Amino acid sequence: MEILKCASAGTLESSDAYVEIEPASGEVSVSLESVVEKQFGDKIKAAINDVLCEYNVKSASVRVIDRGALECVIRARVETAILRAKGK
Amino acid sequence: MNKTVKSIREAIELSGLKSGMTVSFHHHLRNGDYVLNMVMDEISALGIRDINVNASSLFDVHMPLIEHIKSGTVTEIATDYISSGLGKHFSKGIMEKPIEFRTHGGRPTDIALGRTPIDVAFIAAPTADTMGNCSGKYGKSACGSLGYAFADAMYAKKVVVITDNLVSYPMQDWSISENFVDYVVSVDSIGDPKGIVSGTTKITRDPVGLVMASHAAKVIEASGLLKDGFSFQTGAGGASLAVAKFLKDIMLREKIEGSFGLGGITGYMVDMLQAGCFRNLLDVQCFDLSAVESLRNDPRHMEISSLQYASVLGRSAAVDSLDVVILGATEIDTDFNVNVHTDSNGYIMGGSGGHSDTAAGAKLSMIIAPMFRARLPIVTDRVNCISTPGKDIDVLVTQGGIAVNPRREELRKKLSEAGLPIIDIHDLKEKTEKITGTPTKLVKGDKVVANIIGREGDLLDRIYNVTD
Repeated sequence: MEILKCASAGTLESSDAYVEIEPASGEVSVSLESVVEKQFGDKIKAAINDVLCEYNVKSASVRVIDRGALECVIRARVETAILRAKGK
Repeated sequence: MNKTVKSIREAIELSGLKSGMTVSFHHHLRNGDYVLNMVMDEISALGIRDINVNASSLFDVHMPLIEHIKSGTVTEIATDYISSGLGKHFSKGIMEKPIEFRTHGGRPTDIALGRTPIDVAFIAAPTADTMGNCSGKYGKSACGSLGYAFADAMYAKKVVVITDNLVSYPMQDWSISENFVDYVVSVDSIGDPKGIVSGTTKITRDPVGLVMASHAAKVIEASGLLKDGFSFQTGAGGASLAVAKFLKDIMLREKIEGSFGLGGITGYMVDMLQAGCFRNLLDVQCFDLSAVESLRNDPRHMEISSLQYASVLGRSAAVDSLDVVILGATEIDTDFNVNVHTDSNGYIMGGSGGHSDTAAGAKLSMIIAPMFRARLPIVTDRVNCISTPGKDIDVLVTQGGIAVNPRREELRKKLSEAGLPIIDIHDLKEKTEKITGTPTKLVKGDKVVANIIGREGDLLDRIYNVTD
């Protein structure tokens, strides 16, 4: 899926995550800031990349600010941001 | 005889305070306290160095302490609690000597026994007379009980009372009496009333909190302890207050008259007193204005010292007569050890306070906590820091089930017979991790930043620095 415009999903509330996605040239870049970085950082990054792969996103800049969201929440927020960014 | 002196500086000079000595403070003015900062600024200005600060608790309002540590004015700290803003600095290892954490009962024990002798105690007093009789019940900065300050007043070599409401001798209804006091200083303000007492904490409306609270009340009912003469302590958090609400309903419905409510007292405990749920309140610290007012006006609501509250030194303490205590936890491990000192990243953000004392004394000590907070499971294999040993914790109540310490098999049977959802603590851990995932274990630093001293003087655990 092609990322055509900037979009966001989620909130900065505790136990939620805020996701921003924008078009980029070249590869997918992901930046993560998380209150549970030390405990779940790798798992969160894997989940984000997983969803990006699922939607076949080839180039985009993704920023996630995680406030301790469960993995299902992170996946849902990323998915929503992608769908909002596809245009139309 | 004249005990009144012009300034804090003059009191410090007259007290004979020298480099290397110990000063003490109590924390009833909480995050509104001006006294510790005013005194430490003067000590620093006088060029006195290498001071040991023994404070019953430290709050973020005491942030200037960090500068006094960096400059060498303060080199040792002993306390029962440190709030998170300050804790972050200490966890980065800014002090050479580890902080000594004690419990609210252990602190006065060690002061009285001379294990932690105090050279000069500074007592923030919302009202005092010219000879040093003082109280927290009256004045514009009223904080209610002065419970933690009694040991300081009784055992320090010199005692300075600092007040913003100096009255003529003798004041009526004092807490700490003149025979302990050397000097009295009048200042414009000892604290900010907004930080001294909080507004009334609301009972939680969070459905998870309400489920936990409802379980907790049922555990108390099923334990057999809820009958005439029942005694109770709970915290000021939203879920703890919800337990009190459910208990109150049961007690009024069943016409149960309890004996006393204990601890840091909130307006909710005052409501229970007034509704007839308890005959008395025993109060070592007031959390809100309603508690302050009740302590001032209602003779059934009594001030107690931390020695009487929780020390093992006396022939008895109030915690020894306690039936049920409800406590919090940042983590609890499968051996029921509880951490209330550090957060999930290992930073200092609290302390025992009366946690260990009441857990040891009460017939039923209950931890109430959600299965996870912000993805972090409450149950771990081993807590990052043991604040209260698992042998003193009887039951953990979560929304995902109730775990009973295997040492309390008869309690487990009672709760099970009452139809409560019992779960083995290992299974609870597994159940939680199915939702959250298994967290990677924290890597501790290699420098000890604090020692946790149990209520009987034993070294319970150490806290290490946090590295980034």
